[in-house]
Amino acid sequence: MTDKLAQPFQQAKTAEMAQGMLEQEVQGRSLWADARARFLSNKAAMVSVVALALIVLFSLFGQSLSQFDNETIDWDILGNVKEAGRPSIENGHFFGFDENGRDLYNRVVQGSRISLAVGIVGAVIAVLVGTLYGATAGFIGGRVDSIMMRLVDIFMSIPYMFVLILLLVVAGRSITMIFVGIGLTAWLDMSRIVRGQTLSIKNREFVEAAIAIGVPTWRIILRHIVPNLLGVVVVYATLLVPTMILTESFISFLGLGVQEPLTSWGALISEGVKSMNYGTLWHLGFPLFFFVVTIFCFFFIGDGLRDALDPKDR
Amino acid sequence: MLNFIIRRVAVAIPTLIILLIASFWLMQTAPGGPFTSERPLPPQVLANIEAKYGLDQPILKQLWDYVIGIITQFDFGPSYKYKDRSVNDIIAQGFPVTLTYGIISFVIAIVVGGILGMSAAIRQNSMLDYFAVGVTIGAQVLPNFVMAPILILIFTLWLGWLPGGGWNGGQWQYLVMPVIALSTSYMASIARLTRSSMLEVLRSNFIRTARAKGLPDRTIIWRHALKPSLLPVISYLGPAFVGMVTGSFIIDSIFGTGGIGYFYVNSAFNRDYAVMMGLTILLGSMTIMFNMVVDILYAWIDPKIRL
Repeated sequence: MTDKLAQPFQQAKTAEMAQGMLEQEVQGRSLWADARARFLSNKAAMVSVVALALIVLFSLFGQSLSQFDNETIDWDILGNVKEAGRPSIENGHFFGFDENGRDLYNRVVQGSRISLAVGIVGAVIAVLVGTLYGATAGFIGGRVDSIMMRLVDIFMSIPYMFVLILLLVVAGRSITMIFVGIGLTAWLDMSRIVRGQTLSIKNREFVEAAIAIGVPTWRIILRHIVPNLLGVVVVYATLLVPTMILTESFISFLGLGVQEPLTSWGALISEGVKSMNYGTLWHLGFPLFFFVVTIFCFFFIGDGLRDALDPKDR
Repeated sequence: MLNFIIRRVAVAIPTLIILLIASFWLMQTAPGGPFTSERPLPPQVLANIEAKYGLDQPILKQLWDYVIGIITQFDFGPSYKYKDRSVNDIIAQGFPVTLTYGIISFVIAIVVGGILGMSAAIRQNSMLDYFAVGVTIGAQVLPNFVMAPILILIFTLWLGWLPGGGWNGGQWQYLVMPVIALSTSYMASIARLTRSSMLEVLRSNFIRTARAKGLPDRTIIWRHALKPSLLPVISYLGPAFVGMVTGSFIIDSIFGTGGIGYFYVNSAFNRDYAVMMGLTILLGSMTIMFNMVVDILYAWIDPKIRL
């Protein structure tokens, strides 16, 4: 008796469960959704994203918070920066004055903008050139591949810091030259990584299918190979940005990079070091803080992305 | 093996040639001749000076003479700014300094980094491991031009223990800060490398066999795991050497140690193209050679690489 009553109830429940399972299966997660979930659960990376977003906002809109600009020299402060030029909220000079009596807050805003721009633009150029070069070499293969990659080997073993400095001295120090000089070498690693990935992709069925229906080579590279490289490229590009920033800061620290009135983190840190002896530590502290935090953020985000996207770990 | 050596040398030679031609070409395209100054020289005098340095010859002849000078007499050319200071003089003066703090930093980076990395791997997920990983991440974002001023701030300005710069014949007080500043980031990289390779080695079959045999942990680590886990460090020697030379730009300009980097940066500011070119070619070819030797050494030790 109880059995007969329970039977239809259980059937209904089973059907409901089956339906539920079906719906769950329909909502299957794509690779990207999977990766996103993994990235979002990485605390260090998420904190870094927020911090980095703040720094980018600071570099873009920071000057609107201040009533001063980065070029006006306050002659009253000059010569007495240590006493009168301290950072203070009241007089609106949040980061104080630099050694030449300019408002340091706006100098840091400007420096952040240039350093970030060099890092991001440099990385974008490196990614574009490196991806296309590597994908082409890997996809065409054979003799073209070995010539192209031998060329990369040769360029890679040139100690580029010397050539970069020589270039900057001979062609004049300017931001454009820094872009050119850094861009000349930054794509090499990228092209190697991309080539390796391309080799493993190019024998897959969808590429064979594309070849079979007569899609031209360059179109296969752009439409079928490159999108499948995206994961690796994104991870590497994130790690490339801090490297670019470091290189630019290195050059600017030596005084061979961006020139006054422009500035960058490296140049500001260098100024801070020079005036360290006079006890004006904020000259060093503020740019150093932004520099270190940014590099940290990019490393953590890159690490998080690698964990999220790298197929090796799955 | 011979095949590998030939292939490796086949990359090194064009690299050397490109480096040579690129530096030479850059110097030729530099704005203004080497003797252009605010007060123009009489053309007769200029012609005499240019003839003295061989600058009236065709460019290819100049390049040829320069290369022959390097090969036969190890002469990397004169300075056009200071009559008494050729590239060779600069090398004789600056190189011992750079080499001194460079080699010490290098040794410290390998020893400390190696020990840190290995002990972190042996006690994976312990406090020591987290400490080591934290240190390596921290050191990565503190390049030498950030480390150096922080060190000066702490040890010279606050504590007053160490002199803030100078060389003084290489007394130890003058060496401490340059060595720490230069070695930190390499130490971190080496620690990371050895940690990950040690972890991999410890999970491999031959270690499991050694454990199954009942060998004590100490024997397993020192006799079996140590050597293979140090292998990747060898491939890092090349970049570390480059880092030592380019790092000397920073070290010399912050600490005033007067190494090779000081002269390089100085000649960049003075637009002393001849010295820059000479130093670029010399240090560049040393780098290329060193990388080649390291690669060959690595392939000799680890046959898998030769493929």
